Amino acid sequence: MSEIADLECRELSKSFLDFQAVKDVSFSVPKGTFFSILGPSGCGKTTLLRMIAGFQEPTSGDLLIKNKSVLDVPPNKRPVSMVFQHLALFPMMNIAANVGFGLRQRGVDKREIEKRVETVLERVGLPGVGNRSINQLSGGQKQRVAIARCMVLEPDVLLLDEPLGALDLKLREHMKIELKKLQAEFNTTFVYITHDQSEALVMSDQIAVMNHGVFEQIGTARELYYQPKTAFVAGFVGEANKYDAKVTAKNGDALKLVTGDGVELSGLDAVGGLNEGDRTQVFVRPEAIKISRKQADIKGMDNSHSGEIESILFNGANSQLLLRDNSNGAQINITMPQTGEFRDLTRGDNVYFGWEAEQTRCYLADKVS
Amino acid sequence: MTSDKSKLGFFLLLSPLLLWLMTLIILPHVGMFFVSISEKVGVRQYETGFGNYAVFFNEPLYWNTFARTAYMSIAATFLTLMIGFPIAYYIAKLTKGRTKTTLFLMCLIPFWVSELVRTFGWMILLRETGVVSNFLQYIGLVDGPIEFLYNDAAIMTGLVYTSMLFMVVPLVTTLDSLDDSLIEASYDLGGNGYTILREIIIPHAMPGIVSGCIVVFMLSLGNYLTPILLGGKDSLWFTGLIYSQFITRFNWELGSAFGFLLLGLSSLIVFVGLKLSRQSLTETMGR
Amino acid sequence: MITGIKQSPFFTWSYRAYVILFFIYLALPLAVVCVFAFNDSQFPSLPWDGFTLKWFFGTESPSIGVFNERSIIRSIGTSAFVAFWVALLSVFVGTCNAFLFTRYEFRGKSLLYIVMLLPLIIPGIILGISILVFTSNIANFLENATGLWFDNLRPGLILVILGQFSFITTFATLVISARLQKFDLSLEEAALNLGATKFGAIRSITLPFLYPAMIGAGVVAVLMSFENFNTTLMLVGSDAPLTITMFDRLKLGSTPVLNAVSLLLMVASAILGLMSLLLQRKSD
Repeated sequence: MSEIADLECRELSKSFLDFQAVKDVSFSVPKGTFFSILGPSGCGKTTLLRMIAGFQEPTSGDLLIKNKSVLDVPPNKRPVSMVFQHLALFPMMNIAANVGFGLRQRGVDKREIEKRVETVLERVGLPGVGNRSINQLSGGQKQRVAIARCMVLEPDVLLLDEPLGALDLKLREHMKIELKKLQAEFNTTFVYITHDQSEALVMSDQIAVMNHGVFEQIGTARELYYQPKTAFVAGFVGEANKYDAKVTAKNGDALKLVTGDGVELSGLDAVGGLNEGDRTQVFVRPEAIKISRKQADIKGMDNSHSGEIESILFNGANSQLLLRDNSNGAQINITMPQTGEFRDLTRGDNVYFGWEAEQTRCYLADKVS
Repeated sequence: MTSDKSKLGFFLLLSPLLLWLMTLIILPHVGMFFVSISEKVGVRQYETGFGNYAVFFNEPLYWNTFARTAYMSIAATFLTLMIGFPIAYYIAKLTKGRTKTTLFLMCLIPFWVSELVRTFGWMILLRETGVVSNFLQYIGLVDGPIEFLYNDAAIMTGLVYTSMLFMVVPLVTTLDSLDDSLIEASYDLGGNGYTILREIIIPHAMPGIVSGCIVVFMLSLGNYLTPILLGGKDSLWFTGLIYSQFITRFNWELGSAFGFLLLGLSSLIVFVGLKLSRQSLTETMGR
Repeated sequence: MITGIKQSPFFTWSYRAYVILFFIYLALPLAVVCVFAFNDSQFPSLPWDGFTLKWFFGTESPSIGVFNERSIIRSIGTSAFVAFWVALLSVFVGTCNAFLFTRYEFRGKSLLYIVMLLPLIIPGIILGISILVFTSNIANFLENATGLWFDNLRPGLILVILGQFSFITTFATLVISARLQKFDLSLEEAALNLGATKFGAIRSITLPFLYPAMIGAGVVAVLMSFENFNTTLMLVGSDAPLTITMFDRLKLGSTPVLNAVSLLLMVASAILGLMSLLLQRKSD
């Protein structure tokens, strides 16, 4: 990369007494990026974030901000700011005092503080609220104050620790867009951790999927969704139907597989290196599966099956069908096509479904953790 | 509330409360006030007037003792706060789980024991033939026995010791409720130990500090045992004066006036403390 | 200052040393009281003259043990008598108050609540003298009017009980109210819905829920009554409770017999204190 990265981690590790929370994590975040770390709870993402903020010391590895190691810099001197999970706004101060806190610590002139606080409050869309108390704000406004409190210090990196987790669903949807806008407005590097994939997919330029203390994959939302590199990413990001199967034949990337209960599948070696006889995990996205009432429409596809509709999960544009495969009784999840053709499907109907081999991504089963 | 039955229940519940507060709290204090403004002019003859209060202000011994009791109590309160705050912070914020419970209980245990026993313990430690004096001789720091009792430092030691619980418990409770992420956030925003203490921790702990200080001040002001036993006969504590007017001199009129002065002082300090910190009695005491 | 933020080791260690010193300061007076209960000497002070149990079981003068010292045994009995009545009365009134303050809305409630808290901020000695003055005046008035004697209104056990009750009730009210506020009212409504009477519902549902708090308040009342000195001092008559007896002894000069009594007191309060703690833990 030609430009200096705002944040760079080199083989960062953190061990606690009995387990390793973060293992050799390396990545770099270019300036102005919205970078998300996505992972289930307990995957080590909070530990990683707290190391970046300086609240925890790495066991090994290095941490650089603008190409300078900050390992010896205490949290109150690091050029990073953090938006806490529950925001940690100071209830004993009004909004202006909250936002001005960091500037006061730096010994900035009083009048200058007032000016900058007002400016940053305007930028987050809350002009003139300085004299109000924290409790007079709504959930979304508190978020913005928390961000303003950090941004007024003009940090190199802003860390966000699942700040949307406490909000209700509607507000969360709204704040996703808001956050993305704010990030563009300030053009500051955001490092955002979350366990909610939709937050990560919607907002981020780059996403790192973390599991058991390691980064499984770093990429754009598209890459993670369409070209997951590991079985974990394939299963964690987006929805997928999953099979356990054994490779019976291999021709380049094309695989022939058979499941434990004898169903034959055609698939694609997602990362390479699979051989005949390997046990694999096979993922197919619900929207990749085509359905039809006539067998002829499906017959030409690499994988073709039939099944009985077990239930219809109606949810407007996101409606889904749950099918029971006639050949082995496995449950399949299919996105209901948005053409009117299938509107009259009911429970118990028999339909044909199929998908192409390139939509079928296979991973070595041992790699699954 | 509207039916006759629940009204009956209401009055049944109200009557013990009113009986208790009227006969044991309100009427006795009103009565004491009337006694304090009656002057003895002859055998079994009394006149209403503020003569007893005049006696107090005209006799330097009395108001000196009064002032001394007040400032010694303020000093004891301040010392208790200074000593207790770091302990409360340690228990609330630097320990977890079992250690925390244990330390907290260890703070409480001495106070399940009578104040008399605690004071007796200090007498054994501090007197001329006591443990401290003997220990200092043993390690060769001093040549002869030293009397540590019967001075103001001994009174202070006893007062601080006796009041410690009432400072530490409210402090631990309020500090416990301080979210760690607030402290982290202020570090993150560039604060250091001192500014965080001043801007985050102390403002948050203010209710605990106020209620602790009020209780400790009250206990010190109204203390009788510690000044008598650790300070000796001439310790000059206002409660001592009240006791002697009532029991030894049998001058109840003057004693009542003294009682009212002490009550007035303690109410004043409580009032000022609550006003300064913008707390109400109900929320400070009601827990 | 909290986990995860680095402090200099010097700071950490001096902080720890301070905490340790503090606990030594807390424990020291109690420890010496206990230790000298076993010293084979006429005075509770150094030098150490060897271990003895005579201050507990001794029968001959000058070292009569606690268990054979009639005046002390009698004052323990007096204290227990006082504590029993104080606990009973204050828990009863405290429970009534708790229901009144948590279940009813009425005019003057907040004022009454503040008056209820007042005993906490009135020095004990003043509570004592005000009750003394009040009851004596009533007694004088009644005696003048009727020519009869009203000894119950003169300093004595009844006044001691009333004096202690007057402020311990506030504590009992606070403890019991705290628990009653946690009570889920729908439980009582369910009982009513199933056909119970209002009184029956309270007796079979609400009161059992309150028992731990009532017992806890009772234990606290007993401990506070045993410990109380200031209020008792002003109201005591010829039957002295334990603290008063010990105080009179202490003024005359102490013998290890006082240490022995203190040790027994500590053990008893520790047992009671632990019991109430366990009860609270169980009920939470």
